[in-house]
Amino acid sequence: MQNSQTISEPTRTSAIRTKTGNPGPVPAPFWPWLAGPAWLLAALLTWKLPDGDDFPDTDRFALLLLAVGLCLLILTATRRLKGRAPWALALGLGLGLWEVVQAKFLLLPRPFFGTPQDLLDVFLTDWRRLGDSLFHSLLLLAIGYASGSVLGIITGVALGRSHHVRYWVRPLMRLIGPLPPVALLPLTFVIFPSTRLTGEVLMALAAGFPAAVLTWSGVSAVDPAYYDVARTMGASNRFLVLRIALPAATPQIFVGLFMGLGSSFAMLVVAEMLGVKSGLGFYMQWAQGWAAYPNMYAALLVMSVMCTTLMTLLFKLRDHFLKWQKNGLKW
Amino acid sequence: MVISPHPVSPLGLTLSHISHSYDMPSGTRPVLDDVSLDIAPGEFVALIGPSGCGKSTLLRLVAGLETPDTGEVLAEDVLVTEPDPSRIIMFQDPTLYPWRTVRGNISLGLDIRGERNPEAVAAAIRLVGLEDFAKAWPHQLSGGMAQRVALARALINSPRLLILDEPLGKLDSLTRLAMQTELFRLWKRQGFTALMVTHDVEEALLLASRVIVFSPRPARILADIHVNWPEPRHRENPRLQELRAHILEQLETGISNIAAS
Repeated sequence: MQNSQTISEPTRTSAIRTKTGNPGPVPAPFWPWLAGPAWLLAALLTWKLPDGDDFPDTDRFALLLLAVGLCLLILTATRRLKGRAPWALALGLGLGLWEVVQAKFLLLPRPFFGTPQDLLDVFLTDWRRLGDSLFHSLLLLAIGYASGSVLGIITGVALGRSHHVRYWVRPLMRLIGPLPPVALLPLTFVIFPSTRLTGEVLMALAAGFPAAVLTWSGVSAVDPAYYDVARTMGASNRFLVLRIALPAATPQIFVGLFMGLGSSFAMLVVAEMLGVKSGLGFYMQWAQGWAAYPNMYAALLVMSVMCTTLMTLLFKLRDHFLKWQKNGLKW
Repeated sequence: MVISPHPVSPLGLTLSHISHSYDMPSGTRPVLDDVSLDIAPGEFVALIGPSGCGKSTLLRLVAGLETPDTGEVLAEDVLVTEPDPSRIIMFQDPTLYPWRTVRGNISLGLDIRGERNPEAVAAAIRLVGLEDFAKAWPHQLSGGMAQRVALARALINSPRLLILDEPLGKLDSLTRLAMQTELFRLWKRQGFTALMVTHDVEEALLLASRVIVFSPRPARILADIHVNWPEPRHRENPRLQELRAHILEQLETGISNIAAS
């Protein structure tokens, strides 16, 4: 069935092409060839124009631009750039523009707006501390998010399957769930012995609530006939929960996991800025305190790469678990 | 062809004085009223009656998914209190699990009992002619194919009683004809007892060896008709037309009696 679809696609486009009277091969567009030169131009400007002030690593930055430009040329020649060409072009031009505006002519107020080489310098000199901060953030996030999600899913299944659990847990969920976990910060700093534990607990709460609510809604929405079919074949309650309720609720569970991941990110930054003495949030806070803006931007960049990578991983996980679904959002 | 799922020893069934009702917001609603019925092993029994008369409830009781308020269901003199793989039910909707492939759906019963038997799964897939779709997802199947998967999923358990709740009700008429033939062939081959609810009098007369006509809710038995004629059965058979008219008349009388009272 899928095959027939994929086969019919090219035949249709070729039919359209003959109709418009353009049967010849399409010539390769020339403009992907601009991406590499854009970076080379940026490298040239960085290297040749005099700096507006005493900036570190100007030559290294030029070298980096040069290397990327050459790589792009190779990729273009081997036709592997394809759809990414416009972005590569825009990035090269953008970096060149930034370099000229800020490092050469000092047009934007400093030190709030840094130069590209400032940023590069942070990565070259302070990578050890940045890496350490990233590691601690990831650790905090992993423990908090994972435990919160697992507990949330378990709670959600219990809510969906048991009257007793619903009776006792639902009022608590309704009371505490909608409260932003951040609001509990003052309280938890008093209750828990360490700020690290506080961060983990709050993050677990941030991840757990959406996971629980959406798992619950997913489990309650399972067609009762699914259970009947399995019961007539002798299924145990365990089979009904693990092999029917859970897979049937998986689409909803992932919605909860995505929401929880978002709140966990927010909770991570707040926890690290306000109490936990390590991690990217702490690094950012510290950098800002010293007016070390390039360091702050570097940490921000690392953090956004971390967040988007984790999001991507969760999407991959979802695609794996939901490969039986007809279609899904592409991240 | 591999002969598995194997032909089985069919199950006899006794329903004695069954009454059942449901609790509704507006009060209790009786659905079955003192229904007694004996079904011999290997019979193909069709239950016919107005919609909502309680036929499906009767099937759920026989399957053991619910227990009757009063009266008892006996399967070979054993009281039915819970579901059992020897009595498999098939619904109007195929109710395939969308997260399992065709093969995964068919092997459901084996998975539940922790058995591994790829031979039996392959045989069941062959039995309903879906060899090319073993790895397909349910959303890729047509209605008829999905219902054939449900049939294979039921038969792999080698049920001694197959309970069919309007299994062909939602299929288009051509697929329906093909599935009727298929069902009849499988019943002949496997030798299970079959208990089928249908709204189609002709379908009942073509497939069943016995047709039970129910009154509107709460269901009572209006008529019990043994259909004995040679196979293959044909729609044009004058005896079939005669019986069809008779049954439709019964159904109409049942409905008008209710309206009169």
